[in-house]
Amino acid sequence: MRAAGFDGPLTILGDEPYRPYDRPPLSKHVLTGHLPADVTQLPSSLGDGVAWRLGVAATGLDRDRRIVRLADGGTLSYDALLIASGTRARPWVHDDEGRLPGVFSIRGRDDAAALRTALAAGPRHVAVIGAGFIGCEVAAVCRDLGLPVSLIDPSPSPLSRVIGRTVGDPIGEVHRSRGVDLRMNCEADRLEASDGRFSGVLLKDGTRIAADIAVVALGAVRNTEWLEGSGLSADAGGVDCDEHGFVIDGRGRPDPFIAAAGDVARFPHPLYGGRRVALEHWGHAVAQAEHVGRLLAGEDRGLPYAAVPNFWSTQGDMVVKSVGLTEGADAVAIVHGDPKERRFVAVYGRAGRCIAAVAVDSARWLPAYSRLIETAAPFPPDAPALDRPRKSLDIRDPGFA
Amino acid sequence: MPDPATRPVTNPLRVNVDLNLCQAYAQCCYAAPRHFRIDGREALFYDPAPSAEARADIERARISCPVQAIRVEDPGL
Amino acid sequence: MADTTLLTQIKDPANRPDPYPLYARLRQNPVSWQEDGTEDGVWVASSHGAVSSLLGDPRISSETLPPADRPRTGNPITDFLIKPIKDRIVDHHRPFIFRDPPDHDALRKAVMHQFTRERVQGMRARSDRLVDELLDAKRDARRFDAVDDLAYPLPVTVICELFGIPREDEPQFHEWATQLATALEPDSLTDEETRAKNSRTFDAIGAYMGDLIKEKRKHPQDDMLSGLANETTPDGVKMGDYDLIATSVLMLVAGHETTVNLITNGLLTLLRYPDEFEKLKADPGRAPRVIEELLRYEPPVQFRLRKALSPIDIAGVTIPEGAEVLLLLAAGNRDATVFQDPDRFDPDRAGTRHLGFGGSLHYCVGAPLARFEAESALTALTRRLKAPRLVQDPPPYRDGSALRGPKHLIVAIDGMA
Repeated sequence: MRAAGFDGPLTILGDEPYRPYDRPPLSKHVLTGHLPADVTQLPSSLGDGVAWRLGVAATGLDRDRRIVRLADGGTLSYDALLIASGTRARPWVHDDEGRLPGVFSIRGRDDAAALRTALAAGPRHVAVIGAGFIGCEVAAVCRDLGLPVSLIDPSPSPLSRVIGRTVGDPIGEVHRSRGVDLRMNCEADRLEASDGRFSGVLLKDGTRIAADIAVVALGAVRNTEWLEGSGLSADAGGVDCDEHGFVIDGRGRPDPFIAAAGDVARFPHPLYGGRRVALEHWGHAVAQAEHVGRLLAGEDRGLPYAAVPNFWSTQGDMVVKSVGLTEGADAVAIVHGDPKERRFVAVYGRAGRCIAAVAVDSARWLPAYSRLIETAAPFPPDAPALDRPRKSLDIRDPGFA
Repeated sequence: MPDPATRPVTNPLRVNVDLNLCQAYAQCCYAAPRHFRIDGREALFYDPAPSAEARADIERARISCPVQAIRVEDPGL
Repeated sequence: MADTTLLTQIKDPANRPDPYPLYARLRQNPVSWQEDGTEDGVWVASSHGAVSSLLGDPRISSETLPPADRPRTGNPITDFLIKPIKDRIVDHHRPFIFRDPPDHDALRKAVMHQFTRERVQGMRARSDRLVDELLDAKRDARRFDAVDDLAYPLPVTVICELFGIPREDEPQFHEWATQLATALEPDSLTDEETRAKNSRTFDAIGAYMGDLIKEKRKHPQDDMLSGLANETTPDGVKMGDYDLIATSVLMLVAGHETTVNLITNGLLTLLRYPDEFEKLKADPGRAPRVIEELLRYEPPVQFRLRKALSPIDIAGVTIPEGAEVLLLLAAGNRDATVFQDPDRFDPDRAGTRHLGFGGSLHYCVGAPLARFEAESALTALTRRLKAPRLVQDPPPYRDGSALRGPKHLIVAIDGMA
């Protein structure tokens, strides 16, 4: 908004007591001890030019009076409001077990600092519940620290809900070869306690994994409870927006004074036929914030927000990058490199069009495949990669769990 | 690379790299070897809060990044 | 109908001092077919978008030398051009700028394994001292040739020290390097005389390098050639002898023929923009910006040649399979859709993704060396040259259109500080 010329008063409200910080290191170098949690504070040109109301949660929204109700009993009035209340870690299904000493999740700075302390104390065994990106990153950190670790997930391979088994299997192999005890097709049932502390995971098949640390990595829940009663269309999946980023009410009418951005915003993506998606990606949070910032500052609406989703995940020293959304893919092809070399690019297709690409240690090739996604080019891509000029592509089922 | 976890830093610079953009050209690692490192083939690890004395090298790193992925805030300027 | 003779005009030495108006005309068609004396011609990419997209395109190959399989003589010009060989190979003996993955990656990795941050940092300090020594030698001069007195000897000494090449052997490289640099010119692959000369030169430099490698195996020292000759990378790459010779020849030629242009073009540009000369003199901390802008404004390597592995639709044309593709880096760097007021030298422009070092997997290996050598040289020149005046503008240029730069840059001075 400042860059777009808005020079009026700005208040930034946050339930955490910290200025904005960078989350990706929390599940990586903060856990290894290479970085303390507090150095993750982000560069910002805002400085003291805004009013920071930190450590105060928003608890309600009254759109008629244009006020936000606060946890400390106060209120904040607005001319324009941005909803960027994000997500929190999805808690373990049984509250009492989730509160046991020794059970952790990672979302905020304090979570990461607490888990770091626990890992540094040299636990005998770590159980990571959930083999999504965060779970895989934490498991890799444990191996970097020399800690025995089990990675537990009901899917057949790590990340397979997002990238499918065809691409997930070779990534799982990398973790296995680094010493991670992969427990795929295994569902955690109970977190057991002994002397009031977490002592192990009981799987649905009756197997017990003894561990003194559990990391619950079951994804995120969107922080929308405070919007109850506001009349906005919001649920645990996010707050709905129109194509520009203005939030809509239960009858689909946009509120011209309120926009949403980041993890919490569910918006119609032009690349996916206008289907509403909420993206938990770092780059998306940056790009969409810039988009709605201009909007709230009064700039012309221009084109709908249409940035192509992309993200990265660093797992040990392996980098997994992705462009587009794999959801609904009916085919995948390794177009570049070789999974055996731990270095490849996979392109996903849906109904004969390229919809996503995943690159493992192949960042320099991703932009080329990214263009296939942006233009919804025909799948399979017909062009030979230069490391396989005359090989034909092996088209496979993505194998989503 | 000094250990950012233990060394005291007053009034540090703030550095952030857009790792979506990063393609591991490693120019930052040559420009400011104490603050940027590549692990494996392309996993960049960097110091998000280098001391202000490193300003010149951090600036070399920022400006030489082929994909312009490095953002720096310098509270001293 | 677009002018198909623009590339021919670019190659004409008469246009060497200022090819940029020709580049601008090419950019009107971001990718265009140009005559090159052969039936097939060559496709030239000149916009920033087209060049950067093709640099990272998996359908674009760097294997521009005709295919061949078993090394017969170890001389790539002979084996690939003069008497091409067709059977299978183990050791390709082509340097990695002419190679595709996976071979390219393995060779480059072996080099990067030796090109450590510590070695580069060591040469950074050394470079500052070398510049001062070279300028001290001209302390009482009233005329200074930026090429012979600084821009040539500096990178040559750095690359020789880095590779562990005895200093007394260096002079003979001068001629070899100049000759082999023509291999990057568009016509060098087809012109018989150039090919024959390059082949003879490669025999000479290859024989020298082969002997030196034997020596480094017997008595390894702390230099890159010893490392390449004796060590295996963590994932098991060790170059075969032909590859090692081709690779070290490449690095030496690059060290002789590129940074010289960056430094010389740098001084020339600063003398043409006296404000910038003074600003750099007053604040040497500007050097990284100045150098990055130079890499945009006057890149030492103006273009590179590639080959299309399959038909490529781009910018409204289709580059046919097998076609030669010329990536005009220097033209992309002057693209007004990416750089505001592109023909102005402006170190303060924000965030330039220039193409001066190429991009994607063939991004210049020596970029960090080039940057700090230019920083040492330009900060010292602005600090020490007293009242510098260009004696001849434009200065005389060397022949190359790909590796483009002044042959001499004579500057009148009132002495050296």
